Amino acid sequence: MDFIYHRSILNLLSMSAFLTLWYGLALFLNADTLPSPVTVAKVLITEIQSGQLSYHLSKTLYRLSISFSIAMLLGCAIGIVLGRHQKLNTFLDNWLVIFLNIPALVTIILCYVWFGLTETAAILAVVINKLPNVIVTIREGARSLDTELLDMAKCYRFSKSKTLRHVIWPQLHPFVMAATRSGLALIWKIVLVVEMLGRSDGMGYQLHLFFQLFDVASILAYTVAFITLIQGIELLILRPLDKHAQRWRQ
Amino acid sequence: MNNLTINILDKSYTTPADKKSKQVIKNFQLNLANNEFICLVGPSGCGKTTLLNILAGLDETFSGNIALSESHTLPKVGYVFQNPRLLPWRTVQENIELASEAKIETLDFLLESMGLATEKNTFPAHLSLGMSRRVAIIRAFAMDPDLLLMDEPFVSLDPPTARQAQQLLIDLWSKRPHKVLFVTHDLREAITLADRLIFLHSNPMSVIREIPVSIPRNERQNEVKIEQFRQQLFIDYPEITTLL
Repeated sequence: MDFIYHRSILNLLSMSAFLTLWYGLALFLNADTLPSPVTVAKVLITEIQSGQLSYHLSKTLYRLSISFSIAMLLGCAIGIVLGRHQKLNTFLDNWLVIFLNIPALVTIILCYVWFGLTETAAILAVVINKLPNVIVTIREGARSLDTELLDMAKCYRFSKSKTLRHVIWPQLHPFVMAATRSGLALIWKIVLVVEMLGRSDGMGYQLHLFFQLFDVASILAYTVAFITLIQGIELLILRPLDKHAQRWRQ
Repeated sequence: MNNLTINILDKSYTTPADKKSKQVIKNFQLNLANNEFICLVGPSGCGKTTLLNILAGLDETFSGNIALSESHTLPKVGYVFQNPRLLPWRTVQENIELASEAKIETLDFLLESMGLATEKNTFPAHLSLGMSRRVAIIRAFAMDPDLLLMDEPFVSLDPPTARQAQQLLIDLWSKRPHKVLFVTHDLREAITLADRLIFLHSNPMSVIREIPVSIPRNERQNEVKIEQFRQQLFIDYPEITTLL
Protein backbone atom coordinates (compact mmCIF):
# COMPACT_ATOMS: atom_id res chain seq x y z
CA MET A 1 0.00 0.00 0.00
CA ASP A 2 2.81 2.33 1.05
CA PHE A 3 4.61 1.53 -2.18
CA ILE A 4 1.57 2.30 -4.34
CA TYR A 5 1.07 5.58 -2.46
CA HIS A 6 4.71 6.56 -3.00
CA ARG A 7 4.52 5.57 -6.62
CA SER A 8 1.48 7.71 -7.36
CA ILE A 9 3.15 10.71 -5.66
CA LEU A 10 6.26 10.11 -7.76
CA ASN A 11 4.16 9.88 -10.92
CA LEU A 12 2.44 13.14 -10.07
CA LEU A 13 5.76 14.84 -9.34
CA SER A 14 7.35 13.65 -12.57
CA MET A 15 4.38 14.80 -14.68
CA SER A 16 4.34 18.24 -13.00
CA ALA A 17 8.09 18.56 -13.52
CA PHE A 18 7.62 17.78 -17.21
CA LEU A 19 4.84 20.35 -17.62
CA THR A 20 6.76 23.00 -15.66
CA LEU A 21 9.83 22.45 -17.81
CA TRP A 22 7.73 22.76 -20.96
CA TYR A 23 5.98 25.87 -19.64
CA GLY A 24 9.28 27.49 -18.59
CA LEU A 25 10.91 26.76 -21.93
CA ALA A 26 7.91 28.18 -23.83
CA LEU A 27 7.97 31.38 -21.70
CA PHE A 28 11.72 31.73 -22.11
CA LEU A 29 11.74 31.24 -25.92
CA ASN A 30 8.48 33.12 -26.42
CA ALA A 31 8.18 31.71 -29.97
CA ASP A 32 5.21 30.59 -32.06
CA THR A 33 6.99 27.31 -32.71
CA LEU A 34 6.83 26.27 -29.04
CA PRO A 35 3.44 27.12 -27.55
CA SER A 36 2.96 26.70 -23.79
CA PRO A 37 0.93 23.82 -22.34
CA VAL A 38 -1.88 26.28 -21.63
CA THR A 39 -2.16 27.29 -25.30
CA VAL A 40 -2.09 23.63 -26.34
CA ALA A 41 -4.81 22.79 -23.81
CA LYS A 42 -6.99 25.60 -25.20
CA VAL A 43 -6.55 24.34 -28.78
CA LEU A 44 -7.30 20.81 -27.61
CA ILE A 45 -10.57 21.91 -26.02
CA THR A 46 -11.61 23.85 -29.14
CA GLU A 47 -10.83 20.87 -31.35
CA ILE A 48 -12.80 18.54 -29.10
CA GLN A 49 -15.78 20.91 -29.06
CA SER A 50 -15.78 21.31 -32.84
CA GLY A 51 -15.82 17.51 -33.26
CA GLN A 52 -12.80 17.67 -35.56
CA LEU A 53 -10.52 15.84 -33.18
CA SER A 54 -12.85 12.92 -32.50
CA TYR A 55 -13.61 12.56 -36.24
CA HIS A 56 -9.98 12.28 -37.29
CA LEU A 57 -8.96 10.33 -34.23
CA SER A 58 -11.69 7.76 -34.84
CA LYS A 59 -10.61 7.40 -38.49
CA THR A 60 -7.06 6.69 -37.37
CA LEU A 61 -8.22 4.38 -34.61
CA TYR A 62 -10.32 2.46 -37.12
CA ARG A 63 -7.33 1.92 -39.45
CA LEU A 64 -5.17 1.06 -36.48
CA SER A 65 -7.52 -1.59 -35.12
CA ILE A 66 -8.21 -3.23 -38.50
CA SER A 67 -4.57 -3.44 -39.56
CA PHE A 68 -3.46 -4.43 -36.05
CA SER A 69 -6.00 -7.29 -35.88
CA ILE A 70 -5.07 -8.62 -39.31
CA ALA A 71 -1.34 -8.42 -38.58
CA MET A 72 -1.71 -10.15 -35.19
CA LEU A 73 -3.98 -12.94 -36.44
CA LEU A 74 -1.89 -13.71 -39.53
CA GLY A 75 1.37 -13.23 -37.63
CA CYS A 76 0.38 -15.63 -34.84
CA ALA A 77 -0.78 -18.30 -37.29
CA ILE A 78 2.33 -18.08 -39.49
CA GLY A 79 4.62 -17.73 -36.45
CA ILE A 80 3.28 -20.91 -34.83
CA VAL A 81 3.59 -22.88 -38.08
CA LEU A 82 7.16 -21.69 -38.70
CA GLY A 83 8.14 -22.35 -35.09
CA ARG A 84 6.94 -25.94 -35.33
CA HIS A 85 8.20 -26.81 -38.85
CA GLN A 86 11.94 -26.59 -39.21
CA LYS A 87 12.13 -27.06 -43.00
CA LEU A 88 9.45 -24.53 -43.84
CA ASN A 89 11.11 -22.10 -41.48
CA THR A 90 14.50 -22.48 -43.17
CA PHE A 91 12.83 -21.95 -46.54
CA LEU A 92 10.90 -18.83 -45.54
CA ASP A 93 13.52 -17.30 -43.27
CA ASN A 94 15.07 -15.30 -46.14
CA TRP A 95 11.71 -13.88 -47.11
CA LEU A 96 11.24 -12.73 -43.53
CA VAL A 97 14.64 -11.03 -43.48
CA ILE A 98 13.78 -9.21 -46.73
CA PHE A 99 10.41 -8.01 -45.44
CA LEU A 100 11.87 -7.01 -42.07
CA ASN A 101 14.36 -4.76 -43.82
CA ILE A 102 12.10 -3.02 -46.34
CA PRO A 103 11.71 0.56 -45.08
CA ALA A 104 8.14 1.36 -44.03
CA LEU A 105 8.03 4.26 -46.46
CA VAL A 106 8.84 2.00 -49.42
CA THR A 107 5.99 -0.40 -48.61
CA ILE A 108 3.57 2.49 -48.26
CA ILE A 109 4.59 4.12 -51.56
CA LEU A 110 4.48 0.79 -53.41
CA CYS A 111 1.05 -0.07 -52.03
CA TYR A 112 -0.33 3.29 -53.14
CA VAL A 113 1.33 2.99 -56.56
CA TRP A 114 0.13 -0.56 -57.14
CA PHE A 115 -3.32 -0.45 -55.58
CA GLY A 116 -4.22 3.22 -55.81
CA LEU A 117 -4.91 5.75 -53.06
CA THR A 118 -7.52 3.54 -51.40
CA GLU A 119 -8.42 2.47 -47.90
CA THR A 120 -7.44 -1.13 -48.68
CA ALA A 121 -4.01 -0.07 -49.92
CA ALA A 122 -3.51 1.99 -46.74
CA ILE A 123 -4.40 -0.91 -44.45
CA LEU A 124 -2.39 -3.38 -46.51
CA ALA A 125 0.67 -1.15 -46.22
CA VAL A 126 0.40 -1.10 -42.43
CA VAL A 127 -0.15 -4.86 -42.23
CA ILE A 128 2.90 -5.61 -44.40
CA ASN A 129 5.01 -3.39 -42.19
CA LYS A 130 3.93 -5.02 -38.98
CA LEU A 131 3.51 -8.67 -39.99
CA PRO A 132 7.18 -9.77 -40.08
CA ASN A 133 7.73 -8.48 -36.53
CA VAL A 134 4.79 -10.45 -35.20
CA ILE A 135 5.92 -13.59 -37.03
CA VAL A 136 9.45 -13.38 -35.65
CA THR A 137 8.28 -12.85 -32.06
CA ILE A 138 5.66 -15.61 -32.12
CA ARG A 139 8.07 -17.99 -33.88
CA GLU A 140 10.50 -17.67 -30.97
CA GLY A 141 7.66 -18.58 -28.63
CA ALA A 142 6.56 -21.55 -30.71
CA ARG A 143 10.15 -22.84 -30.83
CA SER A 144 10.48 -22.89 -27.07
CA LEU A 145 7.25 -24.81 -26.36
CA ASP A 146 7.48 -27.39 -23.58
CA THR A 147 7.64 -30.79 -25.32
CA GLU A 148 6.77 -32.61 -22.08
CA LEU A 149 3.39 -30.88 -22.00
CA LEU A 150 2.86 -31.51 -25.72
CA ASP A 151 3.56 -35.23 -25.12
CA MET A 152 1.09 -35.20 -22.25
CA ALA A 153 -1.55 -33.68 -24.54
CA LYS A 154 -0.84 -36.30 -27.21
CA CYS A 155 -1.01 -39.16 -24.73
CA TYR A 156 -4.31 -37.91 -23.31
CA ARG A 157 -5.62 -37.53 -26.87
CA PHE A 158 -6.24 -33.78 -26.77
CA SER A 159 -7.80 -32.57 -30.00
CA LYS A 160 -5.84 -30.03 -32.06
CA SER A 161 -7.99 -27.13 -30.93
CA LYS A 162 -7.78 -28.24 -27.29
CA THR A 163 -3.99 -28.47 -27.53
CA LEU A 164 -3.81 -25.03 -29.11
CA ARG A 165 -6.08 -23.42 -26.56
CA HIS A 166 -4.92 -25.05 -23.34
CA VAL A 167 -1.32 -26.12 -23.99
CA ILE A 168 0.20 -23.92 -26.70
CA TRP A 169 -1.57 -20.59 -26.34
CA PRO A 170 -0.82 -20.02 -22.62
CA GLN A 171 2.87 -20.63 -23.35
CA LEU A 172 2.77 -18.14 -26.22
CA HIS A 173 0.99 -15.54 -24.15
CA PRO A 174 4.10 -13.55 -23.08
CA PHE A 175 5.23 -13.47 -26.71
CA VAL A 176 1.81 -12.36 -27.92
CA MET A 177 1.78 -9.58 -25.35
CA ALA A 178 5.26 -8.48 -26.43
CA ALA A 179 4.14 -8.46 -30.07
CA THR A 180 1.00 -6.53 -29.10
CA ARG A 181 2.86 -3.82 -27.21
CA SER A 182 5.65 -3.31 -29.71
CA GLY A 183 3.03 -3.63 -32.44
CA LEU A 184 0.82 -0.87 -31.12
CA ALA A 185 3.77 1.47 -30.75
CA LEU A 186 4.95 0.71 -34.29
CA ILE A 187 1.59 0.60 -36.04
CA TRP A 188 0.27 3.95 -34.94
CA LYS A 189 3.41 5.65 -36.21
CA ILE A 190 3.06 3.92 -39.57
CA VAL A 191 -0.66 4.65 -39.80
CA LEU A 192 0.11 8.37 -39.52
CA VAL A 193 2.59 8.22 -42.40
CA VAL A 194 0.11 6.24 -44.49
CA GLU A 195 -2.56 8.87 -43.83
CA MET A 196 -0.18 11.72 -44.53
CA LEU A 197 0.77 10.31 -47.92
CA GLY A 198 -2.52 9.13 -49.29
CA ARG A 199 -5.66 9.76 -47.23
CA SER A 200 -7.88 12.77 -46.80
CA ASP A 201 -8.81 12.18 -43.18
CA GLY A 202 -7.22 10.86 -39.99
CA MET A 203 -4.51 12.11 -37.66
CA GLY A 204 -1.76 11.89 -40.27
CA TYR A 205 -3.72 13.99 -42.73
CA GLN A 206 -4.46 16.63 -40.08
CA LEU A 207 -0.85 16.77 -38.93
CA HIS A 208 0.26 17.28 -42.52
CA LEU A 209 -2.23 20.14 -42.83
CA PHE A 210 -1.02 21.77 -39.60
CA PHE A 211 2.58 21.36 -40.76
CA GLN A 212 1.83 23.34 -43.91
CA LEU A 213 0.26 26.06 -41.75
CA PHE A 214 3.10 25.87 -39.18
CA ASP A 215 0.37 25.42 -36.57
CA VAL A 216 2.48 23.82 -33.82
CA ALA A 217 -0.16 24.26 -31.11
CA SER A 218 -2.60 22.05 -33.05
CA ILE A 219 0.11 19.49 -33.78
CA LEU A 220 0.87 19.23 -30.07
CA ALA A 221 -2.83 19.12 -29.15
CA TYR A 222 -3.37 16.12 -31.46
CA THR A 223 -0.24 14.48 -30.08
CA VAL A 224 -1.49 14.83 -26.51
CA ALA A 225 -4.83 13.34 -27.52
CA PHE A 226 -3.13 10.41 -29.19
CA ILE A 227 -0.74 9.67 -26.33
CA THR A 228 -3.70 9.68 -23.94
CA LEU A 229 -5.57 7.26 -26.18
CA ILE A 230 -2.67 4.80 -26.48
CA GLN A 231 -2.09 4.93 -22.72
CA GLY A 232 -5.81 4.32 -22.24
CA ILE A 233 -5.60 1.19 -24.39
CA GLU A 234 -2.62 -0.01 -22.33
CA LEU A 235 -4.29 0.67 -18.97
CA LEU A 236 -7.85 -0.32 -19.75
CA ILE A 237 -7.36 -3.25 -22.13
CA LEU A 238 -3.84 -4.68 -22.14
CA ARG A 239 -3.03 -4.61 -18.41
CA PRO A 240 -6.30 -6.23 -17.29
CA LEU A 241 -5.88 -8.89 -20.02
CA ASP A 242 -2.33 -9.54 -18.88
CA LYS A 243 -3.37 -9.76 -15.26
CA HIS A 244 -6.11 -12.24 -16.05
CA ALA A 245 -3.83 -14.47 -18.07
CA GLN A 246 -1.07 -14.39 -15.46
CA ARG A 247 -3.25 -15.13 -12.43
CA TRP A 248 -1.85 -18.65 -12.08
CA ARG A 249 1.61 -17.24 -11.35
CA GLN A 250 0.59 -15.31 -8.26
CA MET B 1 -11.14 -61.03 -19.75
CA ASN B 2 -9.59 -58.28 -21.79
CA ASN B 3 -5.90 -59.02 -21.61
CA LEU B 4 -3.19 -56.83 -22.99
CA THR B 5 -0.39 -58.36 -25.00
CA ILE B 6 2.81 -56.43 -25.40
CA ASN B 7 5.34 -57.78 -27.83
CA ILE B 8 8.20 -55.48 -28.76
CA LEU B 9 10.73 -57.20 -31.00
CA ASP B 10 13.08 -54.33 -31.51
CA LYS B 11 13.45 -50.70 -30.55
CA SER B 12 16.62 -48.98 -31.62
CA TYR B 13 17.72 -45.43 -32.04
CA THR B 14 20.68 -43.73 -33.62
CA THR B 15 22.87 -41.72 -31.33
CA PRO B 16 23.39 -38.24 -32.75
CA ALA B 17 27.05 -38.19 -31.68
CA ASP B 18 28.54 -41.19 -33.53
CA LYS B 19 25.59 -42.14 -35.79
CA LYS B 20 25.64 -45.70 -34.45
CA SER B 21 22.42 -47.58 -34.04
CA LYS B 22 21.79 -48.67 -30.47
CA GLN B 23 19.26 -51.32 -29.55
CA VAL B 24 17.30 -50.33 -26.46
CA ILE B 25 14.67 -53.06 -26.30
CA LYS B 26 14.93 -56.60 -27.65
CA ASN B 27 12.19 -59.25 -27.57
CA PHE B 28 10.23 -57.77 -24.72
CA GLN B 29 7.09 -59.78 -24.10
CA LEU B 30 4.51 -59.21 -21.43
CA ASN B 31 0.92 -60.21 -20.86
CA LEU B 32 -1.26 -58.19 -18.52
CA ALA B 33 -4.36 -59.86 -17.14
CA ASN B 34 -7.40 -57.77 -16.36
CA ASN B 35 -6.81 -55.39 -13.45
CA GLU B 36 -3.35 -56.70 -12.83
CA PHE B 37 -0.83 -54.47 -11.07
CA ILE B 38 2.66 -55.05 -12.43
CA CYS B 39 5.87 -53.42 -11.24
CA LEU B 40 8.81 -53.16 -13.61
CA VAL B 41 12.09 -53.18 -11.73
CA GLY B 42 15.40 -52.55 -13.43
CA PRO B 43 18.51 -50.42 -13.41
CA SER B 44 18.08 -46.78 -14.36
CA GLY B 45 18.64 -46.06 -18.02
CA CYS B 46 17.62 -49.58 -19.04
CA GLY B 47 14.84 -48.34 -21.32
CA LYS B 48 11.80 -48.40 -19.05
CA THR B 49 10.72 -44.90 -19.99
CA THR B 50 11.21 -45.75 -23.67
CA LEU B 51 8.90 -48.72 -23.16
CA LEU B 52 6.26 -46.57 -21.49
CA ASN B 53 6.48 -43.98 -24.28
CA ILE B 54 5.90 -46.72 -26.85
CA LEU B 55 2.89 -48.00 -24.92
CA ALA B 56 1.53 -44.45 -24.63
CA GLY B 57 1.75 -43.96 -28.39
CA LEU B 58 4.37 -41.21 -28.04
CA ASP B 59 7.02 -43.27 -29.82
CA GLU B 60 5.93 -45.13 -32.93
CA THR B 61 9.29 -46.17 -34.33
CA PHE B 62 9.58 -49.76 -33.15
CA SER B 63 8.82 -53.19 -34.46
CA GLY B 64 6.36 -55.39 -32.66
CA ASN B 65 2.78 -55.09 -31.61
CA ILE B 66 0.59 -54.08 -28.72
CA ALA B 67 -3.06 -55.09 -28.59
CA LEU B 68 -5.99 -55.77 -26.32
CA SER B 69 -7.24 -59.35 -26.63
CA GLU B 70 -10.92 -58.50 -27.13
CA SER B 71 -10.90 -55.53 -29.45
CA HIS B 72 -7.46 -56.06 -31.00
CA THR B 73 -6.91 -52.35 -30.67
CA LEU B 74 -4.32 -50.21 -28.96
CA PRO B 75 -5.14 -49.60 -25.32
CA LYS B 76 -6.37 -46.22 -24.13
CA VAL B 77 -3.55 -45.12 -21.87
CA GLY B 78 -3.46 -43.00 -18.73
CA TYR B 79 0.12 -41.92 -18.14
CA VAL B 80 1.52 -40.70 -14.84
CA PHE B 81 4.83 -39.15 -15.83
CA GLN B 82 7.85 -38.82 -13.61
CA ASN B 83 7.25 -35.06 -13.52
CA PRO B 84 3.57 -34.41 -12.91
CA ARG B 85 3.25 -32.43 -16.20
CA LEU B 86 0.20 -30.50 -15.07
CA LEU B 87 -0.74 -27.39 -17.03
CA PRO B 88 0.39 -24.63 -14.65
CA TRP B 89 -2.20 -22.16 -16.04
CA ARG B 90 -5.16 -24.43 -15.30
CA THR B 91 -6.57 -25.35 -11.89
CA VAL B 92 -6.47 -28.86 -10.47
CA GLN B 93 -10.04 -29.47 -11.58
CA GLU B 94 -9.45 -28.08 -15.08
CA ASN B 95 -6.31 -30.17 -15.46
CA ILE B 96 -8.27 -33.33 -14.72
CA GLU B 97 -11.31 -32.39 -16.80
CA LEU B 98 -9.24 -31.50 -19.85
CA ALA B 99 -7.71 -34.98 -19.95
CA SER B 100 -10.92 -36.90 -19.38
CA GLU B 101 -14.64 -36.64 -19.76
CA ALA B 102 -15.12 -37.59 -16.13
CA LYS B 103 -18.41 -36.60 -14.54
CA ILE B 104 -18.29 -34.19 -11.65
CA GLU B 105 -19.22 -36.99 -9.18
CA THR B 106 -16.31 -39.08 -10.41
CA LEU B 107 -14.03 -36.10 -10.10
CA ASP B 108 -15.16 -35.37 -6.55
CA PHE B 109 -14.80 -39.02 -5.61
CA LEU B 110 -11.26 -39.15 -7.00
CA LEU B 111 -10.19 -35.90 -5.35
CA GLU B 112 -11.69 -37.06 -2.08
CA SER B 113 -9.96 -40.42 -2.15
CA MET B 114 -6.60 -38.80 -2.92
CA GLY B 115 -7.04 -36.28 -0.10
CA LEU B 116 -7.29 -33.30 -2.45
CA ALA B 117 -10.95 -32.34 -2.06
CA THR B 118 -10.05 -28.82 -0.88
CA GLU B 119 -7.57 -28.19 -3.71
CA LYS B 120 -10.04 -28.32 -6.59
CA ASN B 121 -9.55 -24.70 -7.60
CA THR B 122 -5.87 -24.43 -6.76
CA PHE B 123 -3.26 -23.72 -9.43
CA PRO B 124 -0.45 -26.32 -9.58
CA ALA B 125 2.19 -23.77 -8.50
CA HIS B 126 0.58 -23.77 -5.05
CA LEU B 127 0.76 -27.54 -4.63
CA SER B 128 3.63 -29.50 -3.11
CA LEU B 129 5.37 -32.05 -5.34
CA GLY B 130 3.55 -34.88 -3.55
CA MET B 131 0.18 -33.24 -4.14
CA SER B 132 0.95 -32.52 -7.82
CA ARG B 133 1.86 -36.17 -8.28
CA ARG B 134 -1.46 -37.20 -6.75
CA VAL B 135 -3.30 -34.86 -9.14
CA ALA B 136 -1.44 -36.51 -12.02
CA ILE B 137 -2.60 -39.91 -10.73
CA ILE B 138 -6.20 -38.69 -10.52
CA ARG B 139 -5.94 -37.35 -14.08
CA ALA B 140 -4.87 -40.80 -15.28
CA PHE B 141 -7.64 -42.61 -13.36
CA ALA B 142 -10.31 -40.10 -14.40
CA MET B 143 -10.10 -41.00 -18.08
CA ASP B 144 -10.88 -44.63 -17.19
CA PRO B 145 -8.01 -46.05 -19.26
CA ASP B 146 -7.38 -49.60 -20.48
CA LEU B 147 -3.87 -49.32 -19.13
CA LEU B 148 -2.32 -47.10 -16.48
CA LEU B 149 1.35 -46.29 -16.88
CA MET B 150 3.28 -44.90 -13.93
CA ASP B 151 6.86 -43.83 -14.30
CA GLU B 152 8.38 -43.67 -10.80
CA PRO B 153 5.59 -41.38 -9.62
CA PHE B 154 6.84 -41.32 -6.02
CA VAL B 155 10.54 -40.80 -6.62
CA SER B 156 12.18 -37.96 -4.64
CA LEU B 157 9.36 -37.75 -2.11
CA ASP B 158 10.36 -38.11 1.52
CA PRO B 159 9.64 -41.64 2.84
CA PRO B 160 6.50 -40.87 4.91
CA THR B 161 4.94 -38.90 2.02
CA ALA B 162 5.86 -41.64 -0.43
CA ARG B 163 4.30 -44.30 1.84
CA GLN B 164 1.14 -42.24 2.21
CA ALA B 165 0.93 -41.76 -1.55
CA GLN B 166 1.45 -45.50 -2.15
CA GLN B 167 -1.35 -46.30 0.27
CA LEU B 168 -3.71 -43.79 -1.37
CA LEU B 169 -2.87 -45.24 -4.77
CA ILE B 170 -3.58 -48.80 -3.65
CA ASP B 171 -6.84 -47.79 -1.97
CA LEU B 172 -7.97 -46.03 -5.11
CA TRP B 173 -6.87 -48.89 -7.33
CA SER B 174 -8.84 -51.40 -5.19
CA LYS B 175 -11.96 -49.28 -5.66
CA ARG B 176 -11.30 -48.63 -9.35
CA PRO B 177 -9.22 -51.53 -10.61
CA HIS B 178 -7.25 -51.13 -13.83
CA LYS B 179 -4.28 -52.75 -15.48
CA VAL B 180 -1.21 -50.97 -14.15
CA LEU B 181 2.40 -50.91 -15.28
CA PHE B 182 4.39 -49.22 -12.53
CA VAL B 183 8.07 -48.48 -13.04
CA THR B 184 10.27 -48.21 -9.97
CA HIS B 185 13.75 -49.00 -8.81
CA ASP B 186 12.68 -49.26 -5.19
CA LEU B 187 12.13 -52.97 -4.53
CA ARG B 188 10.22 -52.37 -1.27
CA GLU B 189 7.79 -50.09 -3.10
CA ALA B 190 7.38 -52.71 -5.83
CA ILE B 191 6.63 -55.49 -3.34
CA THR B 192 4.13 -53.27 -1.50
CA LEU B 193 2.19 -52.45 -4.66
CA ALA B 194 2.44 -55.24 -7.19
CA ASP B 195 0.67 -58.46 -8.03
CA ARG B 196 3.67 -59.43 -10.07
CA LEU B 197 7.26 -58.17 -10.28
CA ILE B 198 9.06 -58.04 -13.60
CA PHE B 199 12.83 -57.74 -13.40
CA LEU B 200 14.58 -56.21 -16.38
CA HIS B 201 18.16 -55.99 -17.47
CA SER B 202 19.59 -53.42 -19.80
CA ASN B 203 21.51 -53.17 -23.09
CA PRO B 204 19.14 -54.11 -24.61
CA MET B 205 16.24 -54.30 -22.19
CA SER B 206 14.50 -57.62 -21.77
CA VAL B 207 12.75 -59.58 -19.04
CA ILE B 208 14.95 -61.77 -16.85
CA ARG B 209 12.51 -62.75 -14.09
CA GLU B 210 8.81 -62.67 -13.38
CA ILE B 211 7.92 -63.17 -9.74
CA PRO B 212 4.40 -63.06 -8.29
CA VAL B 213 4.12 -61.32 -4.92
CA SER B 214 2.54 -63.85 -2.58
CA ILE B 215 1.86 -61.54 0.38
CA PRO B 216 -1.91 -60.97 0.69
CA ARG B 217 -2.97 -57.38 -0.02
CA ASN B 218 -4.23 -56.79 3.51
CA GLU B 219 -0.79 -57.59 4.96
CA ARG B 220 1.21 -55.31 2.69
CA GLN B 221 1.37 -52.53 5.27
CA ASN B 222 3.41 -54.79 7.49
CA GLU B 223 6.94 -53.64 6.77
CA VAL B 224 8.47 -56.73 8.37
CA LYS B 225 6.68 -58.95 5.87
CA ILE B 226 7.78 -56.79 2.98
CA GLU B 227 11.38 -56.92 4.21
CA GLN B 228 11.24 -60.73 4.68
CA PHE B 229 9.91 -61.15 1.16
CA ARG B 230 12.66 -58.91 -0.16
CA GLN B 231 15.42 -60.86 1.64
CA GLN B 232 13.96 -64.13 0.39
CA LEU B 233 14.01 -62.79 -3.18
CA PHE B 234 17.74 -62.14 -2.93
CA ILE B 235 18.30 -65.69 -1.68
CA ASP B 236 16.07 -67.37 -4.27
CA TYR B 237 17.12 -65.22 -7.20
CA PRO B 238 20.65 -63.95 -6.59
CA GLU B 239 20.84 -62.53 -10.15
CA ILE B 240 18.44 -59.71 -9.29
CA THR B 241 20.86 -58.12 -6.81
CA THR B 242 22.90 -56.79 -9.72
CA LEU B 243 19.85 -54.94 -11.05
CA LEU B 244 19.23 -52.78 -8.02
